Amino acid sequence: MHPAPSVIIFTALSGLGFGMMVFLGLGFLDVSGWVAFVFVAVAYALSGGGLLSSLFHLGHPERFVKALRQWRSSWLSREGILSIVTMAVFGIYAVMWIFTDVRNPALGSLAAALAVVTIYSTSMIYAQMKSVPRWHSPMTSVLYLLYGFAGGALLTAQVTLAGWLMLALAVVQVVTWVQGDGAFAKTGSDMGTATGLGFLGKVRLLEKPHSGTNYLMSEMIHVIGRKHIMKLRIIALTLGSLIPAVLLLALPSGHVLGLVVIMIHLVGLFAQRWLFFAEAEHVVGLYYGQR
Amino acid sequence: MTTLPQSTEKKLGLVIDLDTCVGCHACVISCKEWNTSNYGAPLSDMDAYGAEPVGTFLNRVHTFEVKQENKPAQVTHFPKSCLHCEDAPCVTVCPTGASYKRVEDGIVLVNESDCIGCGLCAWSCPYGAREMDAAEGVMKKCTLCVDRIYNENIPEEDRVPSCVRTCPAGARHFGDFADPESNVSILTAERGGMELMPEQGTKPVNRYLPPRPKTDIEQIDILAPLLTRQPEETGGFLGWLDRTLEKL
Repeated sequence: MHPAPSVIIFTALSGLGFGMMVFLGLGFLDVSGWVAFVFVAVAYALSGGGLLSSLFHLGHPERFVKALRQWRSSWLSREGILSIVTMAVFGIYAVMWIFTDVRNPALGSLAAALAVVTIYSTSMIYAQMKSVPRWHSPMTSVLYLLYGFAGGALLTAQVTLAGWLMLALAVVQVVTWVQGDGAFAKTGSDMGTATGLGFLGKVRLLEKPHSGTNYLMSEMIHVIGRKHIMKLRIIALTLGSLIPAVLLLALPSGHVLGLVVIMIHLVGLFAQRWLFFAEAEHVVGLYYGQR
Repeated sequence: MTTLPQSTEKKLGLVIDLDTCVGCHACVISCKEWNTSNYGAPLSDMDAYGAEPVGTFLNRVHTFEVKQENKPAQVTHFPKSCLHCEDAPCVTVCPTGASYKRVEDGIVLVNESDCIGCGLCAWSCPYGAREMDAAEGVMKKCTLCVDRIYNENIPEEDRVPSCVRTCPAGARHFGDFADPESNVSILTAERGGMELMPEQGTKPVNRYLPPRPKTDIEQIDILAPLLTRQPEETGGFLGWLDRTLEKL
């Protein structure tokens, strides 16, 4: 799949923002007033910024309100509604926290629960795609949730918790890659089933339908950069979770270290999201003799 | 609504005969011509006269080669357009309700004024039946020529999808799969019409008729009699002259 920057930024940043809301809503981080305001502002900048970025991916961003209608069937629609509701509920909680120094536990827990469901619905936009076997797995949701939790814990200064979550993330990330590598073969889809010609022998593409490229090929058959996949996986794994985990658990905590770990985690997170799209193969590639 | 109908009154769709298709791409061109000038936004081309032209098409013809070991290869031309699936994933993923399946005839359509161009429906389609138009920013797909098949302003023989009407080989058939007596149902039953990628669980309506396994046919060299010179038996004056000259 084509790793569009707008979608990479959307999933990465909104995951972090809603991850922060989970911990702030559950009453973690014992601060108040201006300090609380800064944390709330960061959570909003990340979640809101991510959502705004996703609009740049649309052919008609001015019609985005229409996307809130089909919550009965569409995960994208659910994600849109849930993120708005989450931000609204968290907003009430945050205003009370900042101005009256009251952290309403009921309201906070509700906001935290909504934030979890929002991250889950983001993951389901991808996990529902049967046509993209690597994504079509519960592991996609586990991964998105853990990235949200680990990043959220890190950004709300939950040093030890963030360290352990980063370790869990590293394990889940490796499991997801191993499982994902065999996902396409498990579907049973090949050029034989795609064309129905499998009963005649081994199928190969003799001629493409056109001399150039097309929307399908540029959007769903992304082969550029796949040769660097192992290097990028190592970067995503070490910077995204392993090094942050070691630094958080082994070194004495402090603001400078926190900032360094956040930067390292961000680089790893973006590498992971780039891979998430670039590595994913769509079955339509079978009609083009590519994956 | 982007939830799928429980069932549709008709199941309109195509039967594509892979045994007959000659790969001329006439269906591709007539589809583009009809659909760029009728229902919905035109099918744009980008850089049409430049070095790297790309464009929106609702129907494309791939060509595949099938090969068994120690046997000659067999070539099959393979037209591909929307299969109007009964369990169409492109409909349920749509966040706006722009993508829908009609209850009356099962045609999957896009309401272009509601489409936000998120591209999720194209991602969900295993067959690559949907293409985002680069100029309009909305999703385009086969409409089964919904503006032809019910159109009383055109002659009756033209009230079939443009690709079916134009196919010079008669490789494309249009009809109602819900009716067991229809041309498409009979063709499917008699010729073993295939579903594409049934393991994707989309329940496609369109069917493909399999090509005959040509590599199993005993090899007959139809040119052989023409290539070996046979003694000529001509009558009349020229025959006499030929025979006489031969004797000399």
